[in-house]
Amino acid sequence: MKKMKLVMVGNGMAGVRTLEELLKIAPDLYDISVFGAEPHPNYNRILLSPVLAGEQTLDEIVLNPLSWYEEHGIKLHLGKKVVDVDRRKRIVRAADGTEEAYDRLLVTTGSNPFILPIPGKDLEGVIAYRDIADTNTMIEAATRYKHAVVIGGGLLGLEAANGLMLRGMQVSVVHVAPWLMERQLDDTAGKLLQKSLEARGLKFLIGANTQALIGDRDGGKAGRVMAVQFKDGTEVPADLVVMAAGIRPNTELALKIGLHCGPQNRGGIVVTDTMQTVTDPRIYSVGECAAHRGIAYGLVAPLFEQGKVCATHLAEFGIGRYTGSQTSTKLKVTGIDLFSAGNFMGGADCEEIVMSDPFGGVYKKLVIKDDKLVGACMYGDTVDGSWYFKLLREGRTISDIRDKLMFGESNIGDTGHEGHNKAAAMADSDEVCGCNGVTKGTVCKAIKEKGLFTLEEVRKHTKASASCGSCTGLVEQLLMFTAGGDYSATPKKKAMCGCTDHSHQEVRDAIRNEKLLSIASVYKTLAWRTPNGCSSCRPAVNYYLISTWPKQAQDDPQSRYINERSHANIQKDGTYSVIPRMWGGETTADELRRIADAVDKYKIPTVKVTGGQRIDLLGVKKEDLVNVWKDIGMPSGHAYAKALRTVKTCVGSEWCRFGTQDSTQMGKDLERALWRMYAPHKVKLAVSGCPRNCAESGIKDVGVIGVDSGWEIYVGGNGGIKTEVAHFFVKLKTAEEVLEYSGAFLQLYREEAWYLERTVHWIGRVGLDYVKKKILDDAEGRQALWERLKFSLDGEPDPWFDFDQARVDTRQFTPVAAAQGEVQ
Amino acid sequence: MSGASNQWRAICRVDDIPVLGSRRVARDVGVDVAIFRNDQDQVFALLDRCPHKGGPLSQGIVFGTSVACPLHNWTIGLDDGCARAPDAGCTPRFAVHVSDGVVHLDAVELAQHAIDLVRPVAGPKVIPLAVG
Repeated sequence: MKKMKLVMVGNGMAGVRTLEELLKIAPDLYDISVFGAEPHPNYNRILLSPVLAGEQTLDEIVLNPLSWYEEHGIKLHLGKKVVDVDRRKRIVRAADGTEEAYDRLLVTTGSNPFILPIPGKDLEGVIAYRDIADTNTMIEAATRYKHAVVIGGGLLGLEAANGLMLRGMQVSVVHVAPWLMERQLDDTAGKLLQKSLEARGLKFLIGANTQALIGDRDGGKAGRVMAVQFKDGTEVPADLVVMAAGIRPNTELALKIGLHCGPQNRGGIVVTDTMQTVTDPRIYSVGECAAHRGIAYGLVAPLFEQGKVCATHLAEFGIGRYTGSQTSTKLKVTGIDLFSAGNFMGGADCEEIVMSDPFGGVYKKLVIKDDKLVGACMYGDTVDGSWYFKLLREGRTISDIRDKLMFGESNIGDTGHEGHNKAAAMADSDEVCGCNGVTKGTVCKAIKEKGLFTLEEVRKHTKASASCGSCTGLVEQLLMFTAGGDYSATPKKKAMCGCTDHSHQEVRDAIRNEKLLSIASVYKTLAWRTPNGCSSCRPAVNYYLISTWPKQAQDDPQSRYINERSHANIQKDGTYSVIPRMWGGETTADELRRIADAVDKYKIPTVKVTGGQRIDLLGVKKEDLVNVWKDIGMPSGHAYAKALRTVKTCVGSEWCRFGTQDSTQMGKDLERALWRMYAPHKVKLAVSGCPRNCAESGIKDVGVIGVDSGWEIYVGGNGGIKTEVAHFFVKLKTAEEVLEYSGAFLQLYREEAWYLERTVHWIGRVGLDYVKKKILDDAEGRQALWERLKFSLDGEPDPWFDFDQARVDTRQFTPVAAAQGEVQ
Repeated sequence: MSGASNQWRAICRVDDIPVLGSRRVARDVGVDVAIFRNDQDQVFALLDRCPHKGGPLSQGIVFGTSVACPLHNWTIGLDDGCARAPDAGCTPRFAVHVSDGVVHLDAVELAQHAIDLVRPVAGPKVIPLAVG
């Protein structure tokens, strides 16, 4: 079969990424040719500033060398600007007459710098800052001239000014707005930035309105630029003028060939969610030239997202939609950390929390509206930027953490990276990600060598921040100064996994509203892309089904992780651990004897006491599991499951001279009422008999503390990656009430949380007030929840003994013996 | 698949393997062989050892023509034994022959293929007694 022809106009980052994605999934579908106006292969435009500053070379910022194009059979027309397209005959024509025919056309012409329409703009020595040629012009000018003026105090302008200064020029920055980077910073942060740049030697003309550029011949009208003149008549000397007053989508070609574009100067080529131009479905467009739902994005992450979607359609898979991105700005301007997102300016109906230390060079402003974070602007200390961005995106209420909000996520308890908060200050050998043992050096190397741009890519390649995520801020900082200034963007809605575009909430809702009872019907109803899901979505869907429709939906063991399929915890050598249930952490001589005998009989190498007051037998062979369970004769401890784990107790009033309540009995009652309860994640409880709190109730999903007059209930605590202190929930009088309120709380969590969401994260998402409203303010609703939980748990099997009822496939415990030969 | 001899040895019935599941085949020498069944009743055989940290692939979740390792969730292709990018590495494959609903493996491969690879070890280190 003859291959189709794909022609790409523009050879920049977004376009080439699209080709890379396409080649990954459909390497042989197209004959590809590429036109690039510049005489260079695809390079990392974001890193032009380090090149200008002399920190990197041009060779180092090339992303796809010429050999890459050759390797993939791509015909590359470098230095050829496309001037016309015959859409009827489907032919692309370059200025030198080169022609290529196409079946599909990809327009990735990027953007153009905005040139102020003033007299003198065409003088020699007046340039924009956009590509390698401009960069070389600046480097060259710095060797021969003294005075440079940069027009525009935005990111690009400041980077240009900094580079020219480092190359020995005297640089003035002209900025018409009242402070620097006014689109990203508020006035305080902007002025802090100005002060620190002035200390480095840059001069600023803030509020100055440029009127003309004066040349050195014909009365100032020709020759090389020698001065910049302002509206008030003043002048500053200039041998080089860099225009950095913003960019505009480059729609020159698109307009010429009749593709619909947005409003003059601002709008790009209008595309659909499949990245096809609305005018001609054979023509696609991605990158800075494309306008999607009215927005032309300028950050790398959304553009790569577009590229991915575009590639799946070019590959004729017909899947994937680009639905827009939410972006934040986190920039590195000449060694100064800045972050901003959302409505960072605030307004009449907003509240602000501000921390300002001008001498220490730190400024943070959080903008809050209706108890939600709506904007953030930070200068000097940005490690919590990604956390604020997450709060902002999720739109969760922050009333419960308002007093700690300013001090960042680490203040709420954070472990695993030794308290580092400035990636730049770390040594290459310092560990960034404590979960996966990834050092700063490893992350930086991967970013450089594999050409990574987004957080997700770094996670995939290095596993850094892929587990608990507490080092996300550090990884983002590393990305920033290794790959370049911009990276932070996330899809507006997070899909459950690669098998679907639906979010966890949408899947939960569909299961309830459509009364779906099997994984197959969920996949069919919601048009899953894969026949039987993946290891990420299948366990989640299975849990949603059995928690939403108890006694109706059937559990599917093949959709459970191994621990819940074999009812034991897998260890790194493939053996298992066994933790029997000991109600409330109490045991007897008889039980201990049976455990000891089993340890001897099955030669179990390690016996350990767990943090939850249980006994852990480690290193049990899978073949022995059933017999170990039987010999010990104690119920399953569910220590392997997303389920109720343990209820930890102190000795309480039975023995303790300080005890006010019988915490052991309360713990046993809770455990007997709640065991066999599967949940979105593991659930741990504790009961203490007095406020000394020896059972550590303050860091449990439900913590109970006995006081003289009754019981205090705390919820949403966690002793894990981030130590989360539980919130006080309610004070109760009787043990019956403790059961009802705890049960109702956990049932609400079971019915509404997303899979793998601990109670703390669920409460964080929906807000403690919501949970209180459902449990404390609504007595009928609370009782109904408690009844539903009891109904769900009634008659549930013990998987260590009731194999059939618990759907335990016992074949797994016996290997097939190959040596026996013929099968009957 | 080195040294395939076409001396097929019957192992079990296809029905003895759960749909979207697996069984382990014990060998006289070497790490077990994992046999997998997908929802199309295709059967695959790999050394029961993830190329990453040696996890038992037979204990993973099977989907499409892949299995997710139970230890660190690497995705391994059932047909080629290789980790899905960006992870890298492959586990040895074994030839499979299914006839009349019976799964066969190659006798010579079972006896000789990939017997040099070992399971990871866990548990307390055994410290040899100091002499002298």
